[in-house]
Amino acid sequence: MELTLWTYEGPPHVGAMRIAASMEGVHYVLHAPQGDTYADLLFTMIERRGKRPPVTYTTFQARDLGGDTAELVKGHIREAVERFKPQALLVGESCTAELIQDQPGSLAAGMGLSMPIVNLELPAYSKKENWGASETFYQLTRGLLNNQKPVQITHDPQKWKTEGRRPSVNLLGPSLLGFRCRDDVLEIKKLLIENDIDVNVVAPLNASPKDILEIPKADINILLYPEIAESSCIWLERNFGIPFTKTVPIGIGATHTFLSEAHNLLGLPAYNQSKNANQSRLKWYSESVDSNYLTGKRVFIFGDGSHAIAAAKIAKEELGFEVVGIGTYSREMARAVRSAAKELGLEALITNDYLEVEAAIADAVPELVLGTQMERHSAKRLGIPCAVISTPMHVQDVPARYSPQMGWEGANVIFDSWVHPLMMGLEEHLINMFRHDFEFVDGHQSHLGHLTNSQGENQAEKSQLSNEAKNNISDESPVWTSEGKAELSKIPFFVRGKIRQKTEKYARQAGCRQIDSETLYEAKAHFKA
Amino acid sequence: MGGATLTKETGPREVFCGLTSIVWLHRRMPDAFFLVVGSRTCAHLIQSAAGVMIFAEPRFGTAILEEKDLAGLADTHDELGRVVTNLLERRPEIRTLFLVGSCPSEVIKIDLARVAEKLNEQLKGNVRVLNYSGSGIETTFTQGEDGALKALVPFMPDNQVDQLLLVGTLANAVEDRLIKLFNRMGINNVASFPPRQSTDLPPVGPRTKVLLTQPYLTETARVLKDRGAEILHAPFPLGVQGSYDWMKAAAKAFNIEQSLFDSVLDPIVLRAEKALKPYKELLTGKKLFLLPESQLEIPLARFLNRECGMQIIEIGTPYLNREMMEAELQLLPENSVLVEGQHVEKQLDRVRQQQPDLVVCGMGLANPLEAEGISTKWSIELVFSPIHGIDQASDLAELFARPLNRKNILSKKLLTHA
Repeated sequence: MELTLWTYEGPPHVGAMRIAASMEGVHYVLHAPQGDTYADLLFTMIERRGKRPPVTYTTFQARDLGGDTAELVKGHIREAVERFKPQALLVGESCTAELIQDQPGSLAAGMGLSMPIVNLELPAYSKKENWGASETFYQLTRGLLNNQKPVQITHDPQKWKTEGRRPSVNLLGPSLLGFRCRDDVLEIKKLLIENDIDVNVVAPLNASPKDILEIPKADINILLYPEIAESSCIWLERNFGIPFTKTVPIGIGATHTFLSEAHNLLGLPAYNQSKNANQSRLKWYSESVDSNYLTGKRVFIFGDGSHAIAAAKIAKEELGFEVVGIGTYSREMARAVRSAAKELGLEALITNDYLEVEAAIADAVPELVLGTQMERHSAKRLGIPCAVISTPMHVQDVPARYSPQMGWEGANVIFDSWVHPLMMGLEEHLINMFRHDFEFVDGHQSHLGHLTNSQGENQAEKSQLSNEAKNNISDESPVWTSEGKAELSKIPFFVRGKIRQKTEKYARQAGCRQIDSETLYEAKAHFKA
Repeated sequence: MGGATLTKETGPREVFCGLTSIVWLHRRMPDAFFLVVGSRTCAHLIQSAAGVMIFAEPRFGTAILEEKDLAGLADTHDELGRVVTNLLERRPEIRTLFLVGSCPSEVIKIDLARVAEKLNEQLKGNVRVLNYSGSGIETTFTQGEDGALKALVPFMPDNQVDQLLLVGTLANAVEDRLIKLFNRMGINNVASFPPRQSTDLPPVGPRTKVLLTQPYLTETARVLKDRGAEILHAPFPLGVQGSYDWMKAAAKAFNIEQSLFDSVLDPIVLRAEKALKPYKELLTGKKLFLLPESQLEIPLARFLNRECGMQIIEIGTPYLNREMMEAELQLLPENSVLVEGQHVEKQLDRVRQQQPDLVVCGMGLANPLEAEGISTKWSIELVFSPIHGIDQASDLAELFARPLNRKNILSKKLLTHA
């Protein structure tokens, strides 16, 4: 039993709903009690969809449990099929129905229905939403394509050359309630067309079961979101011999790598990186003089696996930040995130507990948090700027404007949305220059908001101190003298937390019991050296 | 049965379960914590319905059952004890802990009453542990509040004096206002339940007269009756007339002179009717369809028809308690279509066929209907907003006028749907 105040992911059947609702011609009969229909609002309110998700809930009640719930399920299946006439039917159960073991999938299979039926068994007490989405997409793809499997694999991803056509690929993984999927698909399509590559099928977003049947006609698969489509891509590779790209094209470097990977798999002339060097403005914006102030900014990253990993790479290699923490709520992506963390010399935080994430942020004293909507709230409490990089979805993550994360335009969007919460370079410079003037108060911080001053910092310090207190009960913490405190207060608020932490670390190492202004300068010299 | 014809419908339902009540209950009693014993679905439901992220640490949470909890029940009870102990250590300000049953906890028959009893022994009165069901297999949306209040009733102290007890969660400002009006007409001993602090329970006894502020408190009313209280029958305090009749029932029970009653309420009624007028003009003749969800559907239909001139196409209600709704049903227009239960697909077919001007529905259905060009009002908004009492009548009407008003404001050109 696990106490949960808030959860990053919903139950696995919500993942299945994401696949069903992403597609056309698919209907999902979900054996579930009254109340589970709340999940509709994720699509109609958060994603602002003007269509109900194609889901029929059996909404059984306690009084039904004494009777024949199997008959009830069959009645709902019959009615849903008649009303919605789906090309394929998904049948599954939510957590409560899993306990009463009606096996709705088998019931549906015995009803003599004409369309393909996919029986979804999604263990609600051990798995979560993204796993459920991935498993559903895999079961659906496998279910529809299983009898097309060749006896012997002969797929040649470079066959387009002999057939007098352009190479063609499938984009797999984009779904509803995925982060910026709608715009990523447009951006990647544009990118591929510029590279003389055609798009065959995009799935699950806006695909029908008929489209799924067309998947094997493409030369390669593009795996856009490993959380949703990796298992399907692996199955298609094993059974049809269709290779897939492994790089998620978020950031300039990743977009280059992705294109080069696709070129190689398809046997296109080698990808010319220098020709495409300036496709995104991120490169020049990052090189421009104003961006000098970005150097070494401490960032803390938390999100789903692929967005967290991509963010770390962009932060370090494309913006010159220092990554001081990285983690994910996705257990399925834990291994990949751990190895990304290791490359950065960090230990990954793998947790579903947002309070643990908040404590880790407070501990790392970052200057920018890249996280989910929950980290946005935590960062606000701690007085740290934040940009959102990952699901879980919030109504703000479905902007009206075009706002991809992938490809060249995605890199532009990322530059803006990560850098704007920070102080502009010139602004920071001026504040440093004038901070000793009598007019200057910590409240002068332009658009950073009112929470970022002493109040926010105090909170950050408080939680930081309590964490330290927990960690070093035996270890005597150094004490700030009033003179030391006065010196510390002269340091601009946005670096004060970092300096404070480093000075205390130095004082402990050096065995100082008290911190005065000298200790502060010694620490400064020590860490510069 | 008044002016309505009743049809029963079964099929797929689109309603919240009783867990959703936690969203407003925890705000009413800031010293209480609501711990759902359930699944990730329960946790996800509450956070989705409540927009939980605004809280640093909310006063509700879920003890999520895992694979291993399903196997051995004895261990599950101990596990829950462990979770509660950890929680209370972290949140020492909590005085009352509600263990809230869910669909899975009920199907695997976790005995929350027994767990609560054991915990109460352990905690020695520092924290009171109670339990009730908010499960979807037993309860609909607002019934969760009924369960929580019912669980509190045994702990209300006895009393033997004349008292008016207002039962049902009200916005604090509305509560103060209603009490002030009762005081003005000479009913001085007025208490409310649930209280603003969970430990501050009002007394109850044979000289207690109960006015229900909400129409979904069937079980709470029953156990209050068992404690000797008298339940006053009246329409619910929505709208000018409804609230007037509701206060009148109390005045009658306390033998308040008509002239005094009139002198308190007449000017307020006059003012309220004036405030209501512009909305009435907008709403008159407009067609209204209410989908079942909050149990407020019948009183709302009565208000919108009698006081705002709306034409009622259909009133859906998750379930009908005739005794509770008796006074309301009498006030519905002749041949109103009242549908108990739901077949959401067939009901939406009827919505499309009838093309109402406004549909009251749950959050899952609102945007799809808007996309079809049909204006909607979320039923959940009605349980969050201060809508009770004579002074609030125009605010209540405004909630329904707003979507229609908005449609008039936005350019017709922009509103054509592709």
